[in-house]
Amino acid sequence: MEQEQMFTIVVFSENHVGLLNQLSIILTRRDVNIESISASACSIPGVHKIAITCRSNAEMMEKVVNQIEKRIDVIKASIYTDDELVYQEVALYKVPTPKMLQENHVEQIIRRYGARILDVTPDYTVIEKTGHNDETEALFNELKRYDIKQFMRSGRVVVTRSPIESVSNFLDMRDQQNPANNSQS
Amino acid sequence: MITGAEALIRGLLAEGVDRIFGYPGGYIIPVFDRLYDYTDKITNVLTRHEQGAMHAAQGYARASHRPGVVIVTSGPAATNLITGLSDAMMDSTPLVVITGQAPGAMLGTDAFQETDVMGITQPITKWSCQIRSAKDVAPQLARAFHIATTGRPGPVVLDFTKDAQTELTEEGYEPCRYIRSYIPYPEIHPEEISIAADMINHASRPMILAGQGITIAEAEPLLQQLAEKADIPVAATLLGLSAMPSDHPLFKGMLGMHGNIGPNINTNRADLLIAIGMRFDDRVTGVVEDYAPQAKILHIDIDQSEFNKNVQIDARIHGDARMALEALLPHINQAAHTQWSESFDRHNAVERERVIEEAAYGTDPDEPAKMGEVARKVSEAAGRGAILVNDVGQNQMLSSRYFKFTAPRSIITSGGLGTMGFGLPASIGAKMGAPERPVCLFVGDGGLQMTVQELGTIMQYRTAVKIVVMNNNFLGNVRQWQALFFGGRFSQTPLLNPDFKMLCASYGIPAEDVESRGQLQGAIDRMMAYDGAYLLNVNIDPTDMVFPMTPVGKAVDFILLNPTEVYTPSDEE
Repeated sequence: MEQEQMFTIVVFSENHVGLLNQLSIILTRRDVNIESISASACSIPGVHKIAITCRSNAEMMEKVVNQIEKRIDVIKASIYTDDELVYQEVALYKVPTPKMLQENHVEQIIRRYGARILDVTPDYTVIEKTGHNDETEALFNELKRYDIKQFMRSGRVVVTRSPIESVSNFLDMRDQQNPANNSQS
Repeated sequence: MITGAEALIRGLLAEGVDRIFGYPGGYIIPVFDRLYDYTDKITNVLTRHEQGAMHAAQGYARASHRPGVVIVTSGPAATNLITGLSDAMMDSTPLVVITGQAPGAMLGTDAFQETDVMGITQPITKWSCQIRSAKDVAPQLARAFHIATTGRPGPVVLDFTKDAQTELTEEGYEPCRYIRSYIPYPEIHPEEISIAADMINHASRPMILAGQGITIAEAEPLLQQLAEKADIPVAATLLGLSAMPSDHPLFKGMLGMHGNIGPNINTNRADLLIAIGMRFDDRVTGVVEDYAPQAKILHIDIDQSEFNKNVQIDARIHGDARMALEALLPHINQAAHTQWSESFDRHNAVERERVIEEAAYGTDPDEPAKMGEVARKVSEAAGRGAILVNDVGQNQMLSSRYFKFTAPRSIITSGGLGTMGFGLPASIGAKMGAPERPVCLFVGDGGLQMTVQELGTIMQYRTAVKIVVMNNNFLGNVRQWQALFFGGRFSQTPLLNPDFKMLCASYGIPAEDVESRGQLQGAIDRMMAYDGAYLLNVNIDPTDMVFPMTPVGKAVDFILLNPTEVYTPSDEE
């Protein structure tokens, strides 16, 4: 059995109702857990970009991505390891203000972790940290002693390191193959 | 301006649809109302259950090579489609399925007969889409037909809200030829062709595994050309049967659990497997770790996700079977593999002597006939060009084994999903899809009763299907497993059956009981000579089993000749 590691599946799709459902079904059928998921519009008008992170092995990921790409409304699906991507997550921490004021470490923590304070009230303070999973996790562990009341981490947002924009190229190619465009020329 | 319902009917006409399989209900009444004005152009087949409509549409699609169209209402009708959708998805059958739906404003409120059709059908369809506005009817219907029928075909669902059916929209229908995110026929890569040709030209023990992809692509003549040019033995999957005539000297039989000995033994002796339009189902491969240890595998398939899915392959041609074979053939050298080809025949000769003789050529006129023999005799009586439809279980395996295929597109069976109850409605659709061809259905007493209400459809439409019930008053295939692997504990497999002849009488369908072998041939002759549907209720000994058999958990070349004896090739030390 191959070693498990973190993979990011990047899916470009048409804006079709229920697409996320289609993707998650493919993963759950094969018992692959979704670690995080992010979806948004991308730089190409009308095209949606979805990033799904999973812990799995390369063989399984290849099979899953082929099945994802087979879905009609999926334009392209690819698998990446972490070194092929620039990626980021954002985390929010809600901490009781009185507890934090008991110590003088707050400024140090904020500086050390490159975090930001978003909101302060007499009752609570909201801290924001962007970074990789291990970095937001480290801050979480640091803040634990102040009794974190709420915490949430976003899914991973990613862009590839490759100089080739494969989806734009693919769509250009498809555009040329469109019989409607050919008949006009 | 026309209504959404009218737009749907006009779209169907534009797609050349002249027959649909449908069942009305509350949230689809506007569509059936419009259909009332088009009965001269579109015939609706009113099955007795929505599941029946699905299987009939599947039979129709596979016999006619046209998409099957199903129209039903929402809620319970939609959920009754699930088995057929899943079946069609597994067996790549093109269907355009339209379900009624509660009005858009009521969706999500648990409205009467509302169900989440999109959510339920997405995992088991090639595509599904909800139509909530009349203006979307034409474009989405066009997409539906394009998606269902091209590439690797499959079922699509359009969930059509009631308000969109009655809303007004502009006329006009444009067939869909292009979807940018969907490439139905990938371009054949020349480098894949040259690698593949090289493998074939250098193989000394090559074997073709022919799947339904050949039938779908209508590549049967090219398959035969490839086999003949390079003298390559051909074996078929269950759904690939009839891609090559049964009596072609290079056709060596069926693959898999109940396939023929030659192809199964030689799978593990071949040095090259050329898999065309098949997907290495577990019923074909046996234990994957012990599958084809000496062979390189060349996989030709239109569906990229099939490569390396179940077995590791060495080379691929990604594309339609016909396009791939057309590109490949000029690069294939003439060759002769006489000894290799004859080795299949030697194994099959043992099967003939040790299994087939008893299973299909019994002589005692007072004994019950064997299932294999019934299939063989019906096939002979049906003549050339007959279509075999079967249900699931022993009736399926034995009729598939002993039916002689003379023309392409001659087997309609539930392969991937293994749906009991498929046979009877599928045979109705098959006969409607190919009215000029004899259609013979083999079904067990269990499977018949899962969709037996469709006898009413046969009565209403006078569908001339020849129904052969292999009746052992048992769920025979499960019984076989219980006999072989569960110590003869026949848990919940004996059936107390009704009198099928009397049941047929109430539907006005002539029927005969066949108690023993001596009565069989005469009954078959009367059935085939009769102009219309006919049922034979053939008494089968419950101990009659399907052999050869590769048990689950064994390698493909571990073959039982009978409950106690494993086949040992004579050339083995």
